[in-house]
Amino acid sequence: MQPVKYKRATSVAEAVSLLQGGGEFARPLAGGTDVIVQARERRRDIDLFVDIKHIPELMAISHDANGVTIGAAVPLHLVYGDAKIVSQWPAVTEAAHVIGGTAIQGRATLGGNLCNSSPAADSIPAMMVLDAVAHIAGPNGKRDVSVREFCTAPGRNVLALGEFVVSISLPKPPAGSGGAWQRFIPRNEMDIAVVNAGVWVQLDGANVTDARFALGAVAPTPIMVPAAAEALIGKPLSDATIAAAGDAAKAAAKPIDDMRGSVKQRKHLAKVLTERTLRHAIERARGQA
Amino acid sequence: MVSTEKPRQYKVVGTRPIRPDGVDKVTGRAAYGADTKAEGMLFGAVLRSPHAHAIIKSIDTSKAEALPGVKAVVTARDFGAHAGGGVVDLGETRGQANYMQDNVLANHKVLYHGHAVAGVAATDQHIAEDALALIDVQYEVLPFVIDVREAMLDTAPILLDDLRTTVRAANSTLPTDKPTNIALHMSLEKGDLEKGMAEADVIVEREFETGMFHQGYIEPQNATAFWNRDGEITVWTSTQGAFSVRDAMAALCKVPVSKIKIVPMEIGGGFGGKLGVYLEPIAALLSRKTGHPVKLWMTREAVFQATGPTSATYMRVKMGAKRDGTFTGAYAYLAYEAGAFPGSPMGAGAQCAFAPYNIPNQTVEGFDVVINGPKTAAYRAPGAPASEFAVEAVVNELAEQLEIDPIELRLRNASKEGTPNTVGQPFPRIGAVEVMDAMKSHPHYASELTGEDVGRGVAVGFWFNGGMESSSSAAVNSDGTVSLILGSTDIGGSRASLAMQLAETLGLTMDDVKPQVVDTDSVGWTHVTGGSRTTFAGGWVAYELGMQIREQMRERAAQIWEVDADKVTYGDDGAIHGPDSKTMSFAELSGQLAATGGRIAVSASLTKNTQGPAYAGHIVDLKVDRDTGKVEILRYTAIQDVGTAIHPSYVEGQIQGGVAQGIGMALNEEYIYDDEGRLRNGSFLDYRMPVANDLPMIDTVLIEVPNPGHPYGVRGVGEVPIVPPMAAIQQAIYDAIGTRFYVTPISPRRILEETMPD
Amino acid sequence: MSNRVKTDRIVITAKINGDERTFLADERDSLLEALRERIGLTGAKEGCNNGNCGACAVLLNGVLVNSCCVMAAEIEGAELTTVEGLAGPEGLHPLQQAFLEEAALQCGICTPGFLMASKALLDENPHPTEHDARFWLAGNLCRCTGYDKIIRAVLKAADQMGSNGR
Repeated sequence: MQPVKYKRATSVAEAVSLLQGGGEFARPLAGGTDVIVQARERRRDIDLFVDIKHIPELMAISHDANGVTIGAAVPLHLVYGDAKIVSQWPAVTEAAHVIGGTAIQGRATLGGNLCNSSPAADSIPAMMVLDAVAHIAGPNGKRDVSVREFCTAPGRNVLALGEFVVSISLPKPPAGSGGAWQRFIPRNEMDIAVVNAGVWVQLDGANVTDARFALGAVAPTPIMVPAAAEALIGKPLSDATIAAAGDAAKAAAKPIDDMRGSVKQRKHLAKVLTERTLRHAIERARGQA
Repeated sequence: MVSTEKPRQYKVVGTRPIRPDGVDKVTGRAAYGADTKAEGMLFGAVLRSPHAHAIIKSIDTSKAEALPGVKAVVTARDFGAHAGGGVVDLGETRGQANYMQDNVLANHKVLYHGHAVAGVAATDQHIAEDALALIDVQYEVLPFVIDVREAMLDTAPILLDDLRTTVRAANSTLPTDKPTNIALHMSLEKGDLEKGMAEADVIVEREFETGMFHQGYIEPQNATAFWNRDGEITVWTSTQGAFSVRDAMAALCKVPVSKIKIVPMEIGGGFGGKLGVYLEPIAALLSRKTGHPVKLWMTREAVFQATGPTSATYMRVKMGAKRDGTFTGAYAYLAYEAGAFPGSPMGAGAQCAFAPYNIPNQTVEGFDVVINGPKTAAYRAPGAPASEFAVEAVVNELAEQLEIDPIELRLRNASKEGTPNTVGQPFPRIGAVEVMDAMKSHPHYASELTGEDVGRGVAVGFWFNGGMESSSSAAVNSDGTVSLILGSTDIGGSRASLAMQLAETLGLTMDDVKPQVVDTDSVGWTHVTGGSRTTFAGGWVAYELGMQIREQMRERAAQIWEVDADKVTYGDDGAIHGPDSKTMSFAELSGQLAATGGRIAVSASLTKNTQGPAYAGHIVDLKVDRDTGKVEILRYTAIQDVGTAIHPSYVEGQIQGGVAQGIGMALNEEYIYDDEGRLRNGSFLDYRMPVANDLPMIDTVLIEVPNPGHPYGVRGVGEVPIVPPMAAIQQAIYDAIGTRFYVTPISPRRILEETMPD
Repeated sequence: MSNRVKTDRIVITAKINGDERTFLADERDSLLEALRERIGLTGAKEGCNNGNCGACAVLLNGVLVNSCCVMAAEIEGAELTTVEGLAGPEGLHPLQQAFLEEAALQCGICTPGFLMASKALLDENPHPTEHDARFWLAGNLCRCTGYDKIIRAVLKAADQMGSNGR
């Protein structure tokens, strides 16, 4: 472990001030499952942890008429332990349920998964298709950024010096819509996604009135796949339109070869997962799953 | 299901008592190597090479030494004179002392990514790690080679300037006087291969590659050493072989064995990977320099980078058979990499390759090759999983071409007692036929496979099992219990299996025997816990101790009863019987020993090479997801000749564990190096060992064909179960989707890239 | 990567296995390091030090965590249960007893982590199926057993705890 100081913040303002004072090497500490390991293995230069788990709004889940707001430090087991979130935003809880093992889920957070900004982050494509918004606090006050716009490069994001994510909001999904998320990993647990996919669809009978597709691990950041949505919107559901969405996902995927997957494999999986996830989302939209 | 050749009634053997060390291990009290704490102890860390192959031009340790809290830095120079070329016996492998020393701390060259370069001792673990960044090493980077076939080319970068090819092959054309990476070229020949192939109606020849697999024990290597001012060295370490560590330490530190005491701590898995030394000599050098005990343990990344994986291989196997299935000839070409220093388990792989079968004409040709990777170590049936994968895959293809059931084909060719093995020696009583019969008649094999893209595969496996030397002593306590002193570290229940054999011999219960593992000053020389030898050899010693105690108890009873000793018998009920219905229980007599001539203590040291070879037969059902290439294991049955199952639960556990490791090799485990020869996946995240929900329950069938070379019929059981999985799974995947894979692991990526349309 | 800052020795007070303990740690100690080297509770094991093996698992405020992925400083005021706190004055926990009876350990190094993870499972789901147990325990690696006997032991303990009301 490189030398890292530890400070505990009890308010958003205090956290902002500690992070600003700490400069570019200060990091918020929520679940720590990424940042503690990065500091230990000297893979990311960190010299101050600002523990944000003692700030009440960072640990809160609040439901209202517009949707849910999840504190950025709420551990995943509480996210998928919340029956309302499971029933309304199952794509997110599907991802939350398989990030690391159970002991990781006791600590890891949606906020941390977002801020770590890995191209393969499991929860991000799910949040992207659900129109999630990150609420950010910083030296210049508060701002909101769509999760879709949050990541800028592997391990990089829109956060400026002194800024951190306070919470993430998921808007209430309209009736007749459904979301789902899947990933492919070589084992059944404990791997980084070779590819992951989030899908949300709105149905009117047999017709798709709206759809959103996202993919992870096929580009420097998780990406939206508007072409897949275009292949589907306004059309009746059929094996052909589902396959067209999958083909669009394959075309949009611009992956790299690395130890976790090859270009060929990832492009193929982008199609397979998009179609499988879409079918699951359709079932949900129809109230069948 | 247990079938017994010679039914024998045992009271303790074959039961499932709770292991003596169990409570300590479920309450967190058991002390493993990294749990060692000594007064004044310092913490250490090791600097490792970032390069696959480089000359060390200079090492400047001054900045590190100046860091407050740092007490010493050591490099290869601190060894003093270079160790000679003497051989250290590590049980399942051997090592040349000079190479061993260069592996522990790189001398003038680093030979692989992660090769240790320097060690630091400091007052705190964090400080020791901080100091690593302050050691300035200047390297001259050299070209490297990792692939075994590339390393064999004349144009390959040479790792070891002094290495010359040893030739033990009749028709070798390799030069023996030029620098090379080929340490050994050997061949084993039996009969006339050409004649055998000429007699064949069907011939199958295939090429195979297997990857580097790590033992994957959960406990990283560790060592705490104290080099006292009087020159006495004590090392606390998690090792499979306290005495082999002592021998290696003596050779590397150039001190007599009598100056070294190895205290074997509880060990968190080894599977062959903890037979040798890595950190022990570094901790000792740091201790000599500081005067304090020094504790070192490896990061997981270092474990992957620098401790023994098994050899990656390139193999060709050709087998011929007549229409009726009779094997007429067989040839195998085995190239095994050894890592950075010679000594792969190719020789064992060569002898195992065709061992399940009676093939009159066969040739096995083998190469031991150095590459820029970690020195390979023994790993569960070292050398056998690769060569037998190749052979079993070819046998399955032959069965298909001959249209003979694959188990039936194996039965028609099965080795039996008296069948000459690859080096011409006849097999003792073995259970190959019994295992194959049990496979054929198992309900799993008869069951219907349903569903899409599902398949079934079978394969068998052979392993020699080791004998070698074990020592123990035992003392009768006044309360009727017996203390049993062991030199074998208990890696998975050997305290129980050895105590049970002594209890059986004495007619006592396991609770009456108190086993204890002790340091190298406290028991006679005992070979490693490895080679599936501990329950065999240690059990024989326990039996010998029991017989000595029985004899002395009988004599003592005779003395007390004032009758001739030959009128007194020691009953299998654990009681001593004299004339006129005189009888004394073991406990009663134990209580009188002190007052009737003194207590009884015995010791024994035996070298027994009457091990019974082990055979295993596996049946696997699986399902392939054609869209993702992922394989799901649906059902697994492992049948094995276990000789006699002393503690059946731990025998089953050995089999289940071996199967799980074999499944890992078959499907997902592999070393991945980048273009610069750096290991990319040195973590449990990306070196993908099976997790709990990757596997089904693993059904075991224990076939008991007692080993006539052991008082309780024990055969080693731990290693052979890792042998069949690769071939069984390869065949099942073929059965499911019609594609045969000749390179392992057969990962989802490999399946997908091979089978998906472009 | 530089060592720009100097960490301090810090005093931490937490309730560990039922007892309030105050100890000195380095500011950059992980909880695992503090448990093992500062407090002397070596039941939690280091297998990977990056959250991928579960050998260091403990319960932090009743929640299963990998202690290698927690800073020691974070546990100020918290409640911690380690494997050393699993057995009560009345004897072994049913999980410990079941692990012994089912031979669910060979080398034993992963056992403390499996016991803590299994306890967390049964706290949350007293009647797990085999699938539930395998999924929940997937973050705990065992290289010796192939998991078979571990899963059987967990299911057995669940049965026994269910039937005697513990």
